[in-house]
Amino acid sequence: MLTKSPYDIVASEITPRETWLRRREFLKGAAASALVAGLPGVFNPTTVYAAEKLSGTLKSPLSTHETQTPYKDITSYNNFYEFGTDKSDPAGNAQALKTRPWTVTVEGLVKQPKTFALDDLLKLAPLEERIYRMRCVEGWSMVIPWLGLPLATLLKRVEPLGSAKYVEFISAADPVSMPGVRSHLLDWPYREGLRLDEAMHPLTILAAGLYGETLPKQNGAPLRLVVPWKYGFKGAKSIVRIRLVDREPVTAWMKAGPGEYGFYSNVNPEVDHPRWSQATERRIGEFLKRKTLPFNGYAEQVAQLYAGMDLRKNF
Amino acid sequence: MQPVNFNPAKHLNGIKVFLFMVCLVPLLRLIWGAWQNELGANPIEFVTRSLGDWTLNFLLITLTISPLRKLTGWHWLLRLRRMLGLYAFFYAVLHLTTYLWLDQFFDWSAIAKDILKRPFITIGMSAFVLLTPLAATSSNAMIRRLGGRRWQQLHRSIYVIAIFAVVHYWWMVKLDIRQPLIYAAILGILLGIRALWREQERRRQLTRSGVPQPPNCAT
Repeated sequence: MLTKSPYDIVASEITPRETWLRRREFLKGAAASALVAGLPGVFNPTTVYAAEKLSGTLKSPLSTHETQTPYKDITSYNNFYEFGTDKSDPAGNAQALKTRPWTVTVEGLVKQPKTFALDDLLKLAPLEERIYRMRCVEGWSMVIPWLGLPLATLLKRVEPLGSAKYVEFISAADPVSMPGVRSHLLDWPYREGLRLDEAMHPLTILAAGLYGETLPKQNGAPLRLVVPWKYGFKGAKSIVRIRLVDREPVTAWMKAGPGEYGFYSNVNPEVDHPRWSQATERRIGEFLKRKTLPFNGYAEQVAQLYAGMDLRKNF
Repeated sequence: MQPVNFNPAKHLNGIKVFLFMVCLVPLLRLIWGAWQNELGANPIEFVTRSLGDWTLNFLLITLTISPLRKLTGWHWLLRLRRMLGLYAFFYAVLHLTTYLWLDQFFDWSAIAKDILKRPFITIGMSAFVLLTPLAATSSNAMIRRLGGRRWQQLHRSIYVIAIFAVVHYWWMVKLDIRQPLIYAAILGILLGIRALWREQERRRQLTRSGVPQPPNCAT
């Protein structure tokens, strides 16, 4: 029997990352100061600081109790091709992204299309902490304490029409601040999609925070999608537009490799990527590999969404 | 003392010892990085990739020796080639070991399936299988036993091995093929220059043996 629920401790308290963060801030501040010295009035060093504490967040019964991946690993090992294809690229390059002011337009087959200022969007519901497993299609995984709100809350607000069957997510694609966008590796802007019932599922969230603070830019600030039973790339980052549509959207990865990346991309140890196996994964920080679980361990909650579907065909 | 007239051929032993140690630097860097916990969030992936990169680097460096010697006239370079080739094999063994051990944990049935099913593993493994006899026949005794001509024929497979190694990298990459393309371009130059020289040599021999040249052949 557990004498003490792991929930008694706030995630941000157990992880000794404050000093580490300070160092980054100091460096960033120093770099900004150096710039400001040359260009008075152009740069304001306070805007360089990324992380703010997010207060009053709720715990969720949907969170896992597994050991959380250290903040440093979550924020230094990123696939965010808009900022470069090396996993260490986004942590450096993404700092140039301006995440405020930020708006998200929700449109398409809805009764009340609307462009939300980020702050208004985040007030639609109290932010919840969701500690989710994240399984990358490349065969590694993390446990990440996101902060966010259910996507369903936002979608209900705009009142989807009966004809809406899918939701398309479109990310920012600014060639000036995003060096990766200047290359043509993917067909920018990054697009992702979900079936409407997947989008309305309680596990699906829009995340705006990590480890009790605002989302670091390399993790998809200011707002990203998190769908924990799907491969990580389904979680579109830095979202600017959400469209409700009647046809299955063609995602950026489907365009780049139709034989390798399908629309569903549910975590499935039985269905290999054409070039590597998906049976096991390396949890960041662990030496031995783990067996990958169907739907990334969320089968109980989501398997019924795919009842009767051939998951090998609908990969 | 006449340092201006430094003749590398006369200091070959010293050069060899120096080169031997330099070639160990990539490995020492990895060991140091692992010890200092500086290999990033996924150190095993980092080590595997780095060892793969260095296998490729040494294969290409080995293939550079012969054209470089021809261009510069530094014949002593040839005396370093065996060590460089053996280092390519050394890093290939380490690279393969990380896969067998840290990726598959010696699950031989999974490894066998991987080799058969995944083209980038198939071709990578083929490159290793082809490289092994070259390492095994690198000693002077083996050269004598095989005879120079047969030894040379066998060791020409290094061209195929290098192509396989680049393709292995190419097929492994998820999307961004710029890095493998650079390797492919360098390999293309190294093989192309050989083809060019061979063709020139063939023509020279044709002229020398008195076969009439095509009338429009500029000399």
